[in-house]
Amino acid sequence: MATTTTATKTEQDIVMPPEPPGPVMWLRKNLFSNWYNSLLTIISLTVLYLAVSGVLRWAISQADWRPVVNHPLLYLVGQYPRDQLWRIGVGLVLASFLAGASMRYWGRVMQVVVLTYAAFLAVLTAWPPAGQALTNEIRIFLLVNIAIIGAGYLAGRQLRIRSGLLLAAWLFTLALTLVLLRGFSGSRAAPTLSTQIWTGLLLILVLSSGIGHLFARNARIKRGLLLGAFLFSLSLIVVVLRGFPLARAVSPVSTQLWGGLLVTMLLSVGGIVLSFPIGVLLALGRRSGLPVVRWLCTIFIEVVRGVPLIGILFMASLILPLFLPTDIRIDRLLRALIGMILFSAAYMAENVRGGLAAVPQGQVEAANALGLNNLKVTILIILPQALRAVIPPIVGQFISLFKDTTLAAGVAVLELLSVGLAVLQGTPEYFGLQMEVLLFIAAIFWILSYLMSYASLRLEAALGVGER
Amino acid sequence: MLRQQDIPFWRDERILRIAAQVISAVLVVAFLWWMVDNMISAANQRGISLGFRFLRESAGFPLGESPIPYDPSRSFAYAFYVGFLKTVQVSALGIILATIVGVIVGLARLSSNWLISKLAIAFIEAHRNIPLLVLLFLWYRGVFLKLPRVRDSLTWPGQIYLNQRGLFLPWPRLNESGQIFLIALILGIVLAAAAWIILKRVRVATGKPTYFGAISLALLILIPAAGWFLSGGEPLHWDIPALSGFNFVGGVNLTPEFAALLVGLFTYTAAFIAEVVRAGIQAVNRGQLEAARAVGLNYYQLLSLVVFPQALRVIIPPLISQYLNLTKNSSLAFFIGFSELFYIGKTTINQAGRAIQVFLLVMAVYLALSLLTSLILNLYNRRIQFVER
Repeated sequence: MATTTTATKTEQDIVMPPEPPGPVMWLRKNLFSNWYNSLLTIISLTVLYLAVSGVLRWAISQADWRPVVNHPLLYLVGQYPRDQLWRIGVGLVLASFLAGASMRYWGRVMQVVVLTYAAFLAVLTAWPPAGQALTNEIRIFLLVNIAIIGAGYLAGRQLRIRSGLLLAAWLFTLALTLVLLRGFSGSRAAPTLSTQIWTGLLLILVLSSGIGHLFARNARIKRGLLLGAFLFSLSLIVVVLRGFPLARAVSPVSTQLWGGLLVTMLLSVGGIVLSFPIGVLLALGRRSGLPVVRWLCTIFIEVVRGVPLIGILFMASLILPLFLPTDIRIDRLLRALIGMILFSAAYMAENVRGGLAAVPQGQVEAANALGLNNLKVTILIILPQALRAVIPPIVGQFISLFKDTTLAAGVAVLELLSVGLAVLQGTPEYFGLQMEVLLFIAAIFWILSYLMSYASLRLEAALGVGER
Repeated sequence: MLRQQDIPFWRDERILRIAAQVISAVLVVAFLWWMVDNMISAANQRGISLGFRFLRESAGFPLGESPIPYDPSRSFAYAFYVGFLKTVQVSALGIILATIVGVIVGLARLSSNWLISKLAIAFIEAHRNIPLLVLLFLWYRGVFLKLPRVRDSLTWPGQIYLNQRGLFLPWPRLNESGQIFLIALILGIVLAAAAWIILKRVRVATGKPTYFGAISLALLILIPAAGWFLSGGEPLHWDIPALSGFNFVGGVNLTPEFAALLVGLFTYTAAFIAEVVRAGIQAVNRGQLEAARAVGLNYYQLLSLVVFPQALRVIIPPLISQYLNLTKNSSLAFFIGFSELFYIGKTTINQAGRAIQVFLLVMAVYLALSLLTSLILNLYNRRIQFVER
């Protein structure tokens, strides 16, 4: 009896699930749900059509892209001597390898970055051959770099490198590239020991730390060895290269010649990396129990945050030399970098302070109960937790610092925007083509910033910030 | 007692605290002393004067446009004052426009209309990911300087002209008998605002209808109208721009520099404000919306009585920092040649040197503006925040 009733019920009263919404339903629901939405849709469609068709017509038939297409190297590296480009190449090879190796780390954020980087290399390889085109050597080199990324990826998968090690390698690459780009003045005397001994020392150090790393049991010792090896080899490379006959091959290149994307990257990456330790110290100082320290840090942070960046850049480039002894000369790019660092440090401090505030008080109390002193509590308990929470805001800060590098144009630093303006000014036949150049620069900034903010969203999800 | 004395002084926390503070203070003071000493000796060597007396000398450089009469024979101090006024002018206008556009875009971003919401996202992403300086150059060199020449001005109804020299608008100006109207207008606005605030308080306190909207609207219209008739019916006349020779004369002229700066600043900041507004609205508890609907509020009431008052608490703090950013960003006018405070500072350094004094002055003004704005808005913020019990 019971079974028959259920059977008939299922036959008759079963409610079929609603049809999945088709395109018409979607249109009705999302674009024409009521009269004012329909009106808004129609108006904005019309405006959109007019705008897009106008822009497309202009971009394809009217715009003259010569000032953009003809000078790829200027936009990339400025007037860096063309016969010295190999130095940038060295940095690029290292970066490509590390980028490939880093792909598996940091919540796969690096995937986005690395794929963009590879796409960037590919676009450059296929850059139209016009004007001062890229030579075939450069194109091949760029293609090889894509292969190096692949090699780095495979190596990273095989070796399972620690992410701390990768970070150290990135910093090392950055420092080495800077040293190479700058070069050494030949007039400096060779180091007191002969170069062979220095080279030998360097090799022994690198080898022994490598071997030590392989055999050491304790992770802390391993880390210490590696860090020590990096620092030592960096300092040794500087010393050794100076003394080497090679030093003549890496003769100094004035930073006046540096330009384009190279300088933009240098200012933004250098600014964020170097402002990080200062910012952490300032944040700790601002939360310190010592009133004098707290006040000094607060004053610095609030003053810097209260004035415009362009003002700080001008201070760094015009006023700072006046406050230093007359025999100290800092070159223009470095002064701009100092300005960026000071500016960024104040904002970094506020970000880090947010992270510090997010560490529960119970953690500090527990650490104190275990008998850790204040320094150890800060370094071992508070900072690791606080810094993980502030990675997303730091990425955000990096994006805005990256955009703010354009202001360095005001103190005669040839970053991307000022290279564009210089290209326009330097060539009479480009008169009136501002729109093309500015749109190109805007597009570069847009793509890079957008990808970074996209990556930062993924990073936030991967770190699980706010879910604890 | 004995154990107390056993602690050596380098382990005594009280002494350590004092020592740490003294050492850090001494280090900072010594560093500053060293820098200032360098500066003074260099200044003495080169014979640079470090006083502020130059402010009384005549500036000698022309300024494009000025809210108050200015000519190159005026003093540097006066030029700085003009620059300060222009900074305040462009920041205030920018803040108002950015807030209006930002709120509209933020609401559009949350619209149920797919296209509108996507357009709002496009606007926001386009502005947030391009440097402000590039946007300013795009507006200035790409748009405002590419406008038609004066002879081929774009003409809009209401005698508005747009050309390379900027935007020309008709502007109401006071006649001689217009003072009474002006006073009546101000009186009307003040009384209307006062009536609104007081009567609304009474309404909230007693629950009785006080018709505060109608009464203040009536005050707002009637008092200026009375002033209009008292002044003889013709207190104002329209100052209409007219082509004379090579340029327009009369009306109000927004130079391309000013227009580019204003447009660039307010659209850029609006994109950030839109995100702030969106986050604030999304932070309002869904239950609040459902409860408001259940009580029978319509959409407008829902927004104005339930959503906005609660969203404001989340919106105000980041909004303050956006306003401050806009004010500080107005210094980028320097790049497109709009003579606000920073530009005048730089010009003074080029003409008269004295970089240190000029920078001290300019930075102090920006700092004071920032601190003042954040002070006022923080007070307001404190008033509207939840009181936690």
